[in-house]
Amino acid sequence: MTKPEGELPWKDLEIGAIVTEPGNAAQYKTGDWRSQRTTYDFAKCIKCALCQIFCPEGCIHQNADGYFEADMFYCKGCGICARECPTGVITMVEEEE
Amino acid sequence: MVKKVGMEVSVAIGEAVKLANADVIAAYPITPQTHIVEHLAELVADGELDAAYIPVESEHSAMSACLGSAAVGARTFTATAGQGLELMHEVLYVASAMRLPVVMAVANRALSSPLSVWGDHSDVMAVRDTGWIQLFTENGQEVVDNVFCAFRIAEDRRVLLPVMVHLDGFHLSHVIEPIVFPEQSVVDKFLPPNKYPLPLHPDKPVTMGDFAPPITYPEAKWAQEVNLRASKEIILQTWQEFGKAFGRHYSPVESYKTEDAKVLLLTMGSFSETAMTVIDKLRGEGRKVGLVRFRLWRPFPFEEFRQAVKDAETLIVVDRALSFGGPGGPVCSEVRSALYGEAKKPKVVSFVAGLGGRDITQAGFETIINKGIEISQKGSQNEFEIFGVRD
Repeated sequence: MTKPEGELPWKDLEIGAIVTEPGNAAQYKTGDWRSQRTTYDFAKCIKCALCQIFCPEGCIHQNADGYFEADMFYCKGCGICARECPTGVITMVEEEE
Repeated sequence: MVKKVGMEVSVAIGEAVKLANADVIAAYPITPQTHIVEHLAELVADGELDAAYIPVESEHSAMSACLGSAAVGARTFTATAGQGLELMHEVLYVASAMRLPVVMAVANRALSSPLSVWGDHSDVMAVRDTGWIQLFTENGQEVVDNVFCAFRIAEDRRVLLPVMVHLDGFHLSHVIEPIVFPEQSVVDKFLPPNKYPLPLHPDKPVTMGDFAPPITYPEAKWAQEVNLRASKEIILQTWQEFGKAFGRHYSPVESYKTEDAKVLLLTMGSFSETAMTVIDKLRGEGRKVGLVRFRLWRPFPFEEFRQAVKDAETLIVVDRALSFGGPGGPVCSEVRSALYGEAKKPKVVSFVAGLGGRDITQAGFETIINKGIEISQKGSQNEFEIFGVRD
């Protein structure tokens, strides 16, 4: 997409609204209907990667320090990572307005 | 030299599709469309038409296969009727919204129940808003000619929309008529190879019919609407080019003996030819009556229609479909809407007739005209009149 989708005028759509840029669904923010978000106590983290393995969204990545963290652009706040974490690193908290 | 042959109109459509060099036909047989696809299946099986014939398990699948075929840039044809058209319904919207140039002949048929295989326009009117270009034809030659035009219009880079060519089931599909077939070279010249601009191809992946959240859907729909409206110019140009090449001329609203006519009858489809005979008879009696017909149903030819009826005092619209619980005939409803804002317009009288293959005879049309004139003078309590139903 040359422009963010919310700015694209109708004349700039391809014929039949065909998407000509493969993989551009990655630019679509799917994490905006989350009702809970993750918080982390990295002091307890043993870097086992179970949270990353269990994440159904595939949105957990290692940060610069090697800790596993969810990408809030895609995270739906399902809490599976918090439930599966063997050392209790992750706590789900309500999303604030 | 061009050949004039006597041929069943359904078979002639198959021959026209062959001359148009269709690449893919995906269809499910249904009366009264069956002979069209049966003949195409034979042409493919006999090696006379180098095309893929996809025998599917339903009309829903037929249209779905047509989407895939058109999406890779293949020249794609199908045909259906009545219940088959309704089973296609949801996929019809997809074809137009994805801008896929499928051409479909529809042998217009009534809808169940009670079960009727005979003709009327109930099936057409139910798919009115699917975003397809829709052309009506009145005889075999017109169907054949408009199959060529339909491919050229559909595949025109400025259009890229699916086109329905309507012909009345049985009254037109099953009659044998003299038809002129052009030479292959003439058709080839008129109908250049299909060059779909964004085909599905592994070298350049695209996504068709993808997900559109509220932030993009209205833009997509408006683009579709603007495109369908703009297609009218290309349709007119195509008919002009066809006229130059083939010597037969088509226009979005056809007028017959309308000069100085005080009373106009409006019809669509093959019954128009019966109506013409009645107009001739009444003209012979010195009555100022004429006939207008929609050839182009979608996009609706607003300007041409208003121009065609502006000098008349009475306009009698004959619908072959019923909008249950609504304003009566769907065509008349649109006609009234198109004229509502006009300062100078005829009084409009609505008749619904010819349902489920019931003939409207010459005497019938004469009665409709006389009764229509009476209603326009005296008024009526009704939104519309049902014609020919036994009390």
